[in-house]
Amino acid sequence: MTYLLQQLLNGLQLGSIYALIALGYTMVYGILQMINFAHGDLFMVGAFALFVAASVLGLPFVPSLLLAMIATAAIGVLIERLAYRPLRSAPRVSAIITALGVGLFLENLVNALSPYPKHVPTLLSNHSWVLAGVTISSIQIWIIVLAGILVLGLDLLVHRTKVGMAMRAISWDRTTAPLMGVPVNAVISLTFGIGAALGAAAGVFYALAYPIIDPYMGVMVGWKAFISAVVGGIGSIRGAVLGGLILGAVEILVAAFLPSTGRDLVAFALLLVLLVLRPHGILGRPRPVKA
Amino acid sequence: MRASPLLQVLRAWTGRIQRPFLRAGDSLAAQRRLGLVLLGLLAALCFLGAPLGLLDDYQQLLFMYAGINVILCVSLNLVNGYMGEFSIGHAGFMAVGAYASSLLTVRALPEGGAWLGPVAVLAGGVAAAIAGLVIAVPSFRTRGDYLAIVTLAFTMIVKSGLENLEWVGGGRGLAGMRKLTTLPWVFAWTVLAVAAVRNIIYSRFGRAIQAIREDELAGLLSGVETRRVKLIAFTVSAFLAGTAGALYAHLVLFITPRGFDLLKSTDVLIMVYLGGIGSILGSVLGATIYTALLELLRPLGVWRMVCLPLLLVLLMIFRPQGILGLRELPWLVPRRDRDAVRRRGPRGSDEQGRSSVSDATGDST
Repeated sequence: MTYLLQQLLNGLQLGSIYALIALGYTMVYGILQMINFAHGDLFMVGAFALFVAASVLGLPFVPSLLLAMIATAAIGVLIERLAYRPLRSAPRVSAIITALGVGLFLENLVNALSPYPKHVPTLLSNHSWVLAGVTISSIQIWIIVLAGILVLGLDLLVHRTKVGMAMRAISWDRTTAPLMGVPVNAVISLTFGIGAALGAAAGVFYALAYPIIDPYMGVMVGWKAFISAVVGGIGSIRGAVLGGLILGAVEILVAAFLPSTGRDLVAFALLLVLLVLRPHGILGRPRPVKA
Repeated sequence: MRASPLLQVLRAWTGRIQRPFLRAGDSLAAQRRLGLVLLGLLAALCFLGAPLGLLDDYQQLLFMYAGINVILCVSLNLVNGYMGEFSIGHAGFMAVGAYASSLLTVRALPEGGAWLGPVAVLAGGVAAAIAGLVIAVPSFRTRGDYLAIVTLAFTMIVKSGLENLEWVGGGRGLAGMRKLTTLPWVFAWTVLAVAAVRNIIYSRFGRAIQAIREDELAGLLSGVETRRVKLIAFTVSAFLAGTAGALYAHLVLFITPRGFDLLKSTDVLIMVYLGGIGSILGSVLGATIYTALLELLRPLGVWRMVCLPLLLVLLMIFRPQGILGLRELPWLVPRRDRDAVRRRGPRGSDEQGRSSVSDATGDST
């Protein structure tokens, strides 16, 4: 029983990282109906930005985190401006291919600049406490609490502020929203920026938990986060969080009770089964595919 | 979009390529003769190049890679280009074909004769076709992005499933194949695949496939059994990808699950969209150019894979329809369809082409 609880706690840690990345996928999909396949690589860029801030500039944890988020947000906005905006009226497939290209570009650019895996310096002292047989480390608490704050903040932003209303308006009807005075381009840029910043935060948390980072770390984690977004119902913010937590828990439990090489297999099989049973995800709403 | 100088150069350049192709009519017989002569020369090179010492091993390898890539491209183009769906599962089908054929030649028939080559390729194709059928049944419950996601999951499942199957070598891979793939065989299979896809496209069945791209609902109302057509087209595409996988396995003689990850699928997608969707000639060009480009950029070292995606992004921004989006070499088109093209004229077919692409994949809002 304590073993199960311990694994669920580990699952919560991994799940919050997936959830933060899944939010970026789901926000962009909600607004542009576009799968931003480069998003997993922004997670990697965030981890590398943390590395630069912490080991080159020698900053402590909180400034490093903020710097990584801001730098990655700037890159996310830049990508949207240069690569995706010219294609907004083009066929959607062109945008998907472009996103795949941007992802490959980021991976290989970082790989060319830093060919070896990097070790992120220890930024937070790691204590652990034993509570009813379950070991909790301070890094786990940092990750889960900070991820929770970011998710709550985003939920408030989307559902309680005027900017959030503008995002929801564009997601609802991109043709009519500008007629109501919504500055579409600015809101889309902001969406990409927020999504990238959340992805960077996930990258920072991941680097805290697993300090060896390499340029291709975003590929698999990115696909997993994408699955989380789809499982939860792509386009739905609460769905992305739910999907991330479910996938994190499932993966850790599979690794704990079955051969650990099976975790990817189970994750993707779960996706396949869920899509057959509920094509729109757990919290997603069906959309007309062809208007 | 503002016409930047780069764009103008690109337009002028592509215009020059297309004009001779699209001037249908009187020059057609000459074009057909020229095409057949070129094909004959290529065949002669493929069959006699190695014995006569015209091609060294490296050049032969490049030709074979190009041929395998052409097969992958035309087969993906059938689903993504002509049917207007978005599949990213080609690496998975390739893996199924590669493993099935290798198991046949390594485990089941280790002392087969000369007939083993084609049998292995067909076996790879059939195995991949069965996998395609299994995956197509749930996939086509919905349309649009969900096919992409299901095929994505399929590719991942095949890869990690193979990694967990110890009796096919697990993560360490499978070796022990004999070199059954030779340049003449690759040439023959490539020509067969291209001819098969071309004949499918211009058959009654091919019209049904394109009706699904243009307007699925209208197609259904006009009597196209869209579900059945989708299943068959997807299965054919998987079959061809499986044959390409079998050829690949018996060329490199060592396969690992990691060699068939999503990066491989992305490669095929890039080739198809580089050449232009909905065009046989586009697929052939895309596969050849991409294969050649990969080799030409090799001196750049690690920067090669930085430049290549950048080129892809620039291509998508300045020419989203690819090099030959929805255009075709007129002599690949049967006479009755060609007359329609001629009536519309080159400009008309351009407009038509663009509007069909955006219809096929257009905004869901």
